[in-house]
Amino acid sequence: MSEVKRKYVIPGELVAEGSYRNVSNIFRVEQRYYSTRIGLAEVLEDSVRVIPLSGPYFPRVDDLVIGKITDYSAFAWEVDISACLPAFLPAQSVFGREYSPARDSLTNKFAVGDLIVARIAAFDRTRDPLLTVSDNGLGLVSSGEVVKISPIKVPRVIGKKGTMIKTIESGTNCRLTVGQNGLIVIDGSAEGILKAASALRLIEEEAHIADLNQKVQELISKTSGVERNE
Amino acid sequence: MSSLINSEGKRRDGRGIDELRPIKMQVGVIQNANGSAYIEFGKNKILAGVYGPKEVHPKHMALSDTAVLRCRYHMTPFSTDTRKNPAPSRREVEISKVIREALEPALILTDYPRTAIDVYVEVLQSDGGSRCAGVTAASLALADAGINMLDLVSGCAAGKIGGIPVVDLDDPEDKEGDGDMPVAILPNLGKVTLLQIDGKFSSEEFEKAFSYAREGCMKVYAMQRKALMDHYFGAEESI
Repeated sequence: MSEVKRKYVIPGELVAEGSYRNVSNIFRVEQRYYSTRIGLAEVLEDSVRVIPLSGPYFPRVDDLVIGKITDYSAFAWEVDISACLPAFLPAQSVFGREYSPARDSLTNKFAVGDLIVARIAAFDRTRDPLLTVSDNGLGLVSSGEVVKISPIKVPRVIGKKGTMIKTIESGTNCRLTVGQNGLIVIDGSAEGILKAASALRLIEEEAHIADLNQKVQELISKTSGVERNE
Repeated sequence: MSSLINSEGKRRDGRGIDELRPIKMQVGVIQNANGSAYIEFGKNKILAGVYGPKEVHPKHMALSDTAVLRCRYHMTPFSTDTRKNPAPSRREVEISKVIREALEPALILTDYPRTAIDVYVEVLQSDGGSRCAGVTAASLALADAGINMLDLVSGCAAGKIGGIPVVDLDDPEDKEGDGDMPVAILPNLGKVTLLQIDGKFSSEEFEKAFSYAREGCMKVYAMQRKALMDHYFGAEESI
């Protein structure tokens, strides 16, 4: 732990010099490593990385996302996953290989406006993101509230080995489904949902603070139905 | 010869030949934009907004291996002394293009294939050197939007008034002076991304004016850095 060197950086700022194996949000000119984002730079023994403080969501294969059905055709749903490109959920991945547009109606499963939890099955520069809902915990969101946070803060909401999300879940008796695109479904009692939502707001606003877990814990144990006027 | 600069080397507004106008910058001013910045550069007041990466419309404009950067430099009708027609003029089309070309080398557009990034530079009040101020604000807005960048872009003009190379022309100096030279650089990489000249410069005058502009850009960069740090980290500069 004592080896970690941290500093605030802006794009183009020199983060480290030398030779490092793992980098993220960094570009290298010979032996010099520059940041490509505004954020917190960390220099470890063999890695340099910048934890960004702002940025868009760019889909990646295997990401868990929460999306809203915006349209459907005979063969697929179009889903808004709040990314730069619309995602598609093919009917075959829901109804199976024998799907026939004559027999099965897409609206029986998901209607326009429905929220779904999905996984990105395929995405590369030749196609729009392709979703799948055939896995445990995926599919229609039937209850709960949705909170949107900056996608860049998602790792902070989850925390190291899931500690942060566990803190919120156990403190509020809610279940959190965190999409990599920054949408979070909170399911539980009304009071728990309010508490969890205010905890998420805190994380979003103060993501670069070091002892965030403790702050969240304090907030959860303190606010009991006070923040109703949000 | 000219009243633009007096015998003591002072200009009309009291600046020396290597002095910039007062500059103010602020990041994150438009809530609905992905990134935004506001800059006051002398009497220039310019707002920059970044939207994207997003889907490209019309779709045939999309590039399969990189994002397309689209810029619009626009002067509001009330930005000048007499009303300016809001339709894009020949000059605005040109400046949109040079701003795009000044920003492009700083961005890692290949990280966002098949998308578009829109940059809007809106001049609310105009003075000399608005394209440099526009580039400066746009690069702040891009950094605020969290687009991967190699470096910020800092812009500052130089010029020649009364036969003497000076930095950062204002509007009367631009109109009555002998030449204008807008410059934008990538300050950490030491690259030039915008260099235009109107008027005649001898090679010595060019060298002098260019070095003034570059020093001006470095001063602008320090202010850009401060604006970003203030917005994201508040007073705490280091941990």
